[in-house]
Amino acid sequence: MAIETHTNVSHDVHGHAHHDGHHHHKETFITKYIFSEDHKMIAKQFLISGLIWAFIGGAMSIIFRLQLGFPDMNLSFLRPILGGWILETGKLDPEFYLALVTMHGTIMVFFVLTAGLSGTFSNFLIPLQIGARDMASGFMNMLSYWFFFVASLIMFFSIFLETGPASGGWVVYPPLSALPQAMPGSGLGMTMWLVSMALFIVSSLLGGINYITTVINMRTRGMSFSRLPLTIWAFFLTAIIGLLSFPVLFAAALLLIFDRSFGTSFYLSEIYIDGQALPNMGGSPILYQHLFWFLGHPEVYIVLLPALGITSEIIATNARKPIFGYRAMVMSMVAIGILSFIVWAHHMFVTGMNPFLGSIFMFLTLIIAVPSAVKAFNYITTLWRGNIIFTPAMLFSIGLVSVFISGGVTGIVLGNNALDIQLHDTYFVVAHFHIVMGSASFFGFMAGVYHWFPKMFGRMMDPNLGYLHFWLTFIGIYMVFFPMHYIGIAGFPRRYYSFTSFDAFKIFSDLNMFISAAAIITFAAQSIFAFNFIYSIFKGKKAPENPWLSNTLEWTTPRLPGHGNWEGDIPTVHRWAYDYSKPNADKDGFDDFIPQYVPLSKTPHSNLPHEQELAKFEQEEEQSNVNAQH
Amino acid sequence: MKKVEEIVLDEEAPEVASMHPQKFAMWLFIVTVIMLFAGFTSAYIVRKAEGNWLDYELPMSFWVTTLIIVISSATMQWAYISAKKDNLLNLKISISLTSLLGFLFLVGQWAAWSELVSSQVYFAGNFSNPAGSFLYVFTGLHAMHLIGGIVFLSIMLFFALKEQIHSQNLVKMEMCTTYWHFLGGLWLYLYGFLLYNHWVL
Ligand code: HEM
Ligand SMILES: [Cu+2]
Repeated sequence: MAIETHTNVSHDVHGHAHHDGHHHHKETFITKYIFSEDHKMIAKQFLISGLIWAFIGGAMSIIFRLQLGFPDMNLSFLRPILGGWILETGKLDPEFYLALVTMHGTIMVFFVLTAGLSGTFSNFLIPLQIGARDMASGFMNMLSYWFFFVASLIMFFSIFLETGPASGGWVVYPPLSALPQAMPGSGLGMTMWLVSMALFIVSSLLGGINYITTVINMRTRGMSFSRLPLTIWAFFLTAIIGLLSFPVLFAAALLLIFDRSFGTSFYLSEIYIDGQALPNMGGSPILYQHLFWFLGHPEVYIVLLPALGITSEIIATNARKPIFGYRAMVMSMVAIGILSFIVWAHHMFVTGMNPFLGSIFMFLTLIIAVPSAVKAFNYITTLWRGNIIFTPAMLFSIGLVSVFISGGVTGIVLGNNALDIQLHDTYFVVAHFHIVMGSASFFGFMAGVYHWFPKMFGRMMDPNLGYLHFWLTFIGIYMVFFPMHYIGIAGFPRRYYSFTSFDAFKIFSDLNMFISAAAIITFAAQSIFAFNFIYSIFKGKKAPENPWLSNTLEWTTPRLPGHGNWEGDIPTVHRWAYDYSKPNADKDGFDDFIPQYVPLSKTPHSNLPHEQELAKFEQEEEQSNVNAQH
Repeated sequence: MKKVEEIVLDEEAPEVASMHPQKFAMWLFIVTVIMLFAGFTSAYIVRKAEGNWLDYELPMSFWVTTLIIVISSATMQWAYISAKKDNLLNLKISISLTSLLGFLFLVGQWAAWSELVSSQVYFAGNFSNPAGSFLYVFTGLHAMHLIGGIVFLSIMLFFALKEQIHSQNLVKMEMCTTYWHFLGGLWLYLYGFLLYNHWVL
């Protein structure tokens, strides 16, 4: 790879103040691009891996959409890729259909939107925006990527097993997933799924521990929590949620492994397969669901919060306005984080739970709508009467607000346990979470790539291709997922290979065809992005240091920041990140933005009354520092 | 280009830094272990509430191992204090003692498993019941973490033999001490949890 990055290793700087001695090191290709401990390189590794996975996961969805939209189609042309999974008749193997759905979900939720999104932007932005030279532990950070990489490899190879990869849905409920004889995908494919996920959890925990430690301990001078950009708040809270919920998934997976391979009966009881009674007694499959969703629900916010943080930052910058309700934004993220741990059973309304318990979970679930709505309102009020600059990143951010609202509304419908009994496991749920989680987080991901690409690669992406990409994607995802609501209300269950064999479901053949066509167009539109991304890495216009006229610290680094990020001192922070279009800033000699490193004493005209006080205090302190040094 | 001194000067006075990053990361790791066992013990409660639950006596060996692990916490603390006071001889003795007690604890847990098997409480197989399997999972995973702790202790012993632990270089020792006390506390929690659930039954 010939990515152009110059490095400044001439000064021996390491990320932290407490290190036991200096060691000079030369960078070779291996330490720089492969086993790199530099947070920016690790971020790019996560980015590239995440994008590759996104294309694989997307391609899978196109294959099963072909089956759903055009059930009579001859798929023989896919045989070169899928081989025996295309039957003699030219149709998709039903078992493989289930495998595709499962892999698509697993890949998208965990590998793209958890590792790809958090891994890329937490790694890239945390040190750059809080003013640190690197992560707390570069080594752990590197391990985090390589655990993810090995997890990826195992998951990838499981796709090519003769019995197919795991096929029980991304939630891998037992008993289906616990009994190798239950379906082909529950054999080796399932084992590899579990091993891969265990490694993935280790990777997430290593990453998360690092993010939290870095944010708490390594902020530059003046970067108090109340001055943190909202991106950092989002990554920080995401990491905490992950730290608390992933171990529980690990526990669930471990018990599943014991059931599968060691003959325990945590999840199994009184099961017959082919008329044969299994010896397992006393287990409970519902127990797995509790453990899984205790992670599963927080996981959806692990996926979403970073996207929301990225959006806050981009919307404020490109609306040239301070973010509306900074504190409310932080508090609502905290509230979402806390609430996300006490709503898991809304995924289990139909497991025969006590209706009274169901009502409690309904109540808690609906409360989440409040902080979510606060966020939506704050985005809109930030946009309101702003000097909006429609960069591709801004469009994707506004798109996120749109899908977050449309998907949130259907969440409220599903949160009612009485309604959910009808809608559970139908395409309504599929529509809900693809809009509110899939699309919203994907838009946040794309917004982040367009916005920080100049800092990552020192070049600009082409904005016109970006606009085209945005509009095709935005219209595309609504055309794909909106009709699914109707199909779901009509009672179409999800994860069914075919609907044409049921008279009741024939009525929607046209709509299904429409959805599939829209999905193909939307997926094809992503190639515009792929081209733009790869082309711009090598041939894009050279980026200025601060292309979006933004306030945060990453834009004070050189065009291509080297190891250690800043060539000189780390800038000190004197204000929050959202001083856009501050009244009277022109009298202080600033345009419509005042970066975080500008001391309050330099902006006497635009300071608010309480900042004027702070400015005095700051000056006194500086004075005493200078005196102390002489 | 800045000289190293200047940068170090800049980094030495951040108002915000609070804790040693490695120690902090250690605490976060402990949080993940807590969540892991919180997951298991709540699974136990949920599963037990569903009935079909085997009733059996907890092995008596647990009283012995509990005593051992409590003593090992004391010797660990002794090691820490010795390091703080630069008493290297005591440091080496107490670290070795702690590792030994840790090892004895594992032997005791093994004995407890044998006791369970002889009273026909199995981890897996046709005659197993989750009530018993859970106990093996709790103790087994705790033991895995404890083995990690013994490895950590051995590394400390290695450093102590090279005289690299002393009052000026305590960070790793503090981390080791924290982790060991945590393992002791975790066992007390698990055993208390099991006792409570067996008495209330
Ligand atoms: C107003 C807020 C929300 C409410 C009240 C809500 C409610 C629900 C409910 C009740 C279900 C279960 C439906 C069923 O299976 O029958 C569900 C499914 C789901 N929700 Fe939400 N939701 C909300 C927001 C979100 C957000 C923000 C995300 C992600 C970022 C999300 C992601 C998901 C996912 C992934 C599923 C489906 C999981 C599966 O079964 O495969 N939801 N939601
Ligand atoms: Cu949920």
